[in-house]
Amino acid sequence: MSQMTIKTEGDRFVVVTRRFAAPPEAVYRAHVEPELIRKWMLGPEGMTMPVCISEPRPGGRMRYEWVRADGGGGFHLTGEYLELTPHSRIVHVERMHLPDPTPDNHVETRFAPDGEGTLMTMRMTLPDEATRTMMLATGMEHGMEASYVRLEAVVAG
Amino acid sequence: MKQTAAQLDAAFGALSDGTRRAILARLALGEATVMELAAPFEMSQPAVSRHLKVLEGAGLILRRAEGTRRPCRLSPAGVEAMDRWLALLRDALSKNYDRLDGVLAVMTPPKPEEETP
Repeated sequence: MSQMTIKTEGDRFVVVTRRFAAPPEAVYRAHVEPELIRKWMLGPEGMTMPVCISEPRPGGRMRYEWVRADGGGGFHLTGEYLELTPHSRIVHVERMHLPDPTPDNHVETRFAPDGEGTLMTMRMTLPDEATRTMMLATGMEHGMEASYVRLEAVVAG
Repeated sequence: MKQTAAQLDAAFGALSDGTRRAILARLALGEATVMELAAPFEMSQPAVSRHLKVLEGAGLILRRAEGTRRPCRLSPAGVEAMDRWLALLRDALSKNYDRLDGVLAVMTPPKPEEETP
């Protein structure tokens, strides 16, 4: 569909952009309504989200729980919404529990009309070295390292 | 690149301690000696050395001999962690957004076929 960009901004932030062939209202709703979130926010293959709580109002909480489709153990995320401007902007904090909570990740997501579709820009906190190492270890545990290994193979080849 | 389960266990164990995470964060800034690492923690050098031994055993840091000093630095795997983390994030997000394309297609009324760029 549309190419995603992902780049670091200084040593504190990561900025992700992606275009969608749907208006901002739909993309925004898919980011805050639990029944929609659990259909797509699943990471690499093989995970499901049996628990998805999202209360899209300032101070409202979020809790997403992932388990492996084979029933194996997973991990979860908790967070709070800080600011919401319907259909255009979401500011929230979140943390992964691996099982110890990672430092808060402050995320701002913007949805701008782009022709018939939407340009989404997400700006998030870059985790520190120790947190990244922990996330990588968790990723490997759940088989998420695979495509990176493939990527390396392509580059090396 | 592949790590064994035992190495992962060691890495998890090493990272479960706040002091060791702080040592790693300091080493992310550059090489340091035991004395330099001990200073901010109000810990004895032997205590810091014990932590370093755990980190070294987990493959997270490397030490080299320089006279009587043995400066520590992050292992290449640690140095690469940023690139690897970004690759993991890219992979997870691109799969998510490809699925979101499908969710959005169901949410929004179908339109007549148009030429796609």
